[in-house]
Amino acid sequence: MNLAYRDVRHSLGRFLLTCAGLGLLLGVVLAMIGIYRGLVIEALTIARAPAVDLWVVESGTRGPFAEASRIPGDTREAIARLGGVAQAGSITYQTVETEHMSGKLRLYVIGYEPGRLGGPPRLVAGRGLAASHFELVADLSAGLALGDRLQLGRETFTVIGLTEQQVNSGGDPAVYISLLDAQKLQFDLAPPAARQQLARGTARTNLDTVNAVVARLLPNATPESVAEAVNRWKHLSAITQEGQEGILTKSLVDRARRQIGLFTSLLLVVSAVIIALIIYTMTMEKLKQIATLKLIGAPDRTIIGMIVQQALALGLIGFTIGATLILNVKDYFPRRVVLEPDNIFVLAAVVFLVCLFSSGLGVRAALRVDPAIALGG
Amino acid sequence: MVESVPQEPLVRLRNVSKHFGEGETRVDALKDVSLEVFPRQVVALLGPSGSGKTTLLNTIGCVLAPSSGWMQLDGDVVYDGRWLRSDLRRLRLDKIGFIFQFHNLLPFLDATDNVAVVLSLAGANTRVAHRRAVELLDYLEVGHRKTAFPAKLSGGEAQRVAIARALANRPRIILADEPTAALDSKRAGIVMDLLRKLAVEQQAAIIAVTHDEKIFDRFDRIFHLRDGRLDQEAEG
Repeated sequence: MNLAYRDVRHSLGRFLLTCAGLGLLLGVVLAMIGIYRGLVIEALTIARAPAVDLWVVESGTRGPFAEASRIPGDTREAIARLGGVAQAGSITYQTVETEHMSGKLRLYVIGYEPGRLGGPPRLVAGRGLAASHFELVADLSAGLALGDRLQLGRETFTVIGLTEQQVNSGGDPAVYISLLDAQKLQFDLAPPAARQQLARGTARTNLDTVNAVVARLLPNATPESVAEAVNRWKHLSAITQEGQEGILTKSLVDRARRQIGLFTSLLLVVSAVIIALIIYTMTMEKLKQIATLKLIGAPDRTIIGMIVQQALALGLIGFTIGATLILNVKDYFPRRVVLEPDNIFVLAAVVFLVCLFSSGLGVRAALRVDPAIALGG
Repeated sequence: MVESVPQEPLVRLRNVSKHFGEGETRVDALKDVSLEVFPRQVVALLGPSGSGKTTLLNTIGCVLAPSSGWMQLDGDVVYDGRWLRSDLRRLRLDKIGFIFQFHNLLPFLDATDNVAVVLSLAGANTRVAHRRAVELLDYLEVGHRKTAFPAKLSGGEAQRVAIARALANRPRIILADEPTAALDSKRAGIVMDLLRKLAVEQQAAIIAVTHDEKIFDRFDRIFHLRDGRLDQEAEG
């Protein structure tokens, strides 16, 4: 006779409500893990999008994401001619705020040369850039549709293609425009400022500036050797793809990552304490029944089995509710929530261990119950 | 009343003492208690509150270890200055049935399962345990309530189910702690008559702690406990 099952069945509603409460808590833990993973993945998305081996930036900077970097536009040609380089492309990055559908829209504008490296990795609708000017490929999360027109700077762009999951480390959706448009958007002064600069006798800003040149290498070339060659030019620095990802995760999102990581750990500890309290309370409520069972001759293993089985059932049902909930709502979060199977399995294992440990507290209390209590002694 | 007394007592205590604490805080709950209860006897333990009745019941039930003395249950010497059996729970499961003041049925089991659980603990398979449980419930005239949970049973019905549970493993010794305290006088009489009938039919010894004067005439022997001493015996 399975006493744990009978007990649960007898107060099924209460047990399921407890499981649901625990499920919500575990759902929040899973969401936090997903947000943590999402933050790291989003931070790396833009850097991984061009699928390159080397980033060439302004000397002494760790650009273009962690620090500002400006290099001449013709750097691409010099890099492309280096031994071991298969392809190179110039890129600009900037954050722009504009209006769309009478609302503010923050965008991460990426300028690249159509036909060269740096464009959107895949399109889910429409086409890539074909004209040199005023065309735009947007990430789906921007909420733009094909044919929408958008004001960026002093120009109006038409959405001709859509990509997905391309956001910067701040969660702003990326839009891709031609390098020429991006340079104008980033470096061209507004007419009054340009007129004042001209009046002051200052040289006109050179528009042919980019933030970085990216390079894809030949199979027989190593990023380190090509980087060494680039670093000989004193005005440039080369960062390998691995190095760039390291900068992004260790510098750009490090604090946010640690903040969320710490909060997730704290939440996990709170969950563990709550699970332990629930199981301990469930056991304490049954002390008289446990004393009766002991008095009528129930062995310890029967009592231990009852507590452990209930604790594991609580954890299993609670976790299933939490995981189901979060897997169904994660796409409605404003930023990416990334839950890989290994995250779910690891948390499931943690919940299993917490339940086992918590039931240990209940078991300890139960085993110390004096059967004489049942006789009123 | 019992007409002939069998030779071998089911419960035999010699100079059993039990104290709690030491020094100034020492309380002598039982002092040199000697007692013999034979099969088919229904025995009452009377005494004021704190006189040691429940301690004596717990001691006979192998729940509390005596501080000194000698104790034999159903022919086995179980205590002689120390426990002579390592598995006291098994001993209780096989030889002793307990009836409580407030029935102490497990609230999450129905009447049948409350009886069958004892049989399951003793190793009976579920089908056999349920069949025996239903037989006992029928015998105690609560078979019609076999699927009811304790919360839905009346006081009398719950106490009958508790008696069925106490009898499930056919124990030779039944210990009852105020078995009629929660019942009105009519039901108390019915329960006592039932216990007497069971004692005779199952050759069992029943020891009951009670304050209930209405049922004194249902006992074969009445022991009085005062300050831990079993100092008077009256024939019922």
